[in-house]
Amino acid sequence: MRLALDIITVVLVSAGGFFFMAGTIGLLRFPDTLTRLHALTKVDNLGLGLIVFGLLPQVESRLGALKLIVIWLLVQMSGAIVSQLIAQAVRRSGRQT
Amino acid sequence: MSSAALFGYCGAVLVGLGLYGLITRPEVLRKILSFNVLGSGVFLLFGVFARRGAAAGLGADPVPQALVITGIVVAFSATALAVALLVRLNKETGQIVVAPDDSEESGEQGATR
Amino acid sequence: MTLVFACEVVLAGLLVAIATWTIVARTAFAAIVLFMVYGLLLAIVWVALSAVDVALTEAAIGGGVTSMLLMGAATRLRAPTTPVADVGLPLRIAAGLLCALVTVVLGAVVFFLPDVAPTLAPVAKDNLAASGLGNPVAAVLFVFRALDTLLEKVVLLLALVGVWSLASDEAWGGVPGLPVYARPGRILVFLAQILPPIGIIVGIYMFWAGASQPGGAFQGGTILAAVWLLTMMARLQDVPAINARWLRLLLVVGPTAFLAIGLAGFFIADSFLAYPPGIAKPLIIVVEATLTLSIGVTLALLVAGPPERLPQR
Repeated sequence: MRLALDIITVVLVSAGGFFFMAGTIGLLRFPDTLTRLHALTKVDNLGLGLIVFGLLPQVESRLGALKLIVIWLLVQMSGAIVSQLIAQAVRRSGRQT
Repeated sequence: MSSAALFGYCGAVLVGLGLYGLITRPEVLRKILSFNVLGSGVFLLFGVFARRGAAAGLGADPVPQALVITGIVVAFSATALAVALLVRLNKETGQIVVAPDDSEESGEQGATR
Repeated sequence: MTLVFACEVVLAGLLVAIATWTIVARTAFAAIVLFMVYGLLLAIVWVALSAVDVALTEAAIGGGVTSMLLMGAATRLRAPTTPVADVGLPLRIAAGLLCALVTVVLGAVVFFLPDVAPTLAPVAKDNLAASGLGNPVAAVLFVFRALDTLLEKVVLLLALVGVWSLASDEAWGGVPGLPVYARPGRILVFLAQILPPIGIIVGIYMFWAGASQPGGAFQGGTILAAVWLLTMMARLQDVPAINARWLRLLLVVGPTAFLAIGLAGFFIADSFLAYPPGIAKPLIIVVEATLTLSIGVTLALLVAGPPERLPQR
């Protein structure tokens, strides 16, 4: 049972790490701000979500698991809102980068 | 090399970097940033001493850690005062550097104004 | 070389690289963003050094409030009319040599540290039970070295008085010039409505849990300051004038309670800032609660800056 949980953790955290890397490559390689924001949402939602779900089998108490999920939801919310604000600022300034 | 020693060397490098930035960047905002990097390097050295003092079941010596927390808060208050001074300097003179005193005439002018 | 040590080498290398980039960045905006990243990486380093309370403080104050303060200043600075002259090469070389010397000396200090480190951990652990707290760093901050914490709070207030004294004569006692949005968009208002309740709960929880787990008054107070600043910037609340009585009361309630309990230590315990056994933990909780409130208000006002206009009647 312990081994199965550890395997789940390694697989999910590695998948989350892959999305982190994909988002970072997008941040570095995409041409302008709006496409870079689009790449970063993958990091916030899928990347962090997979890492959080991968860490859940390792947590001892239900309260700790709840805290991890709340952290993921808070990062998603702040990431989404900040992306909207940056996109609004880009559109208002009229520039493209 | 233990991990504490590794971060000790890292802190030493950060102190050197912060000091270099403090000396060579003329803009006041960059000096404030370098001062913060310098301070965090010193705090990192404190943290290394705390980590090496792990004993009695604790992961680290708590006394240097409490000193670092105090130091971080005091460094922030110094930064806040420095930034307020910089914004006021910029509003009065339009400068972002502190001009050196050139001669005695400017000192006398400042006294009589 | 274990895997954990390899990760720590990468982390230390990344930290030095980001710090170097912060120093040599060309624009102030880039330097401040890099400084924010540096603060957050440093918080991870603190966790690697088993200093979770310090990591929380560094992430909140070093990576959060300081970067906010610097970013606000960078946007308010007007560009100078004459371009800033760079320092000459001889000064750079001399400074580089001096800093290399300082680094080498500090590295030698780390290298020649004795194998068995002197430590106060056993002493702290032995006296921990008498104080009623479970977190040794909180015990050091509020019991063993409570005088340092009291003076630190007074230093925060002194810095605030210093910032307020930079107001011009017309704006004396007025409203701080915190940059607020003239017409905040709906999405910012949404964030400022949904985040502060969560922030208040997290801030109070962090102060409450700091008695037995990593946390404490400073970390919780910083979160309270951050959400108050958010509501002010989204114009859900007005920036208060600094001569408002409730504001000044909130500022001084923390250090006053601390000082009062410290002076009471002359009568009910042995000396200044001594706690009588048995009611030590309730007294410390009272001190921490009032201190959290005062720290929140003080940090927010330090970021808001000196007064710039009088309040409209």
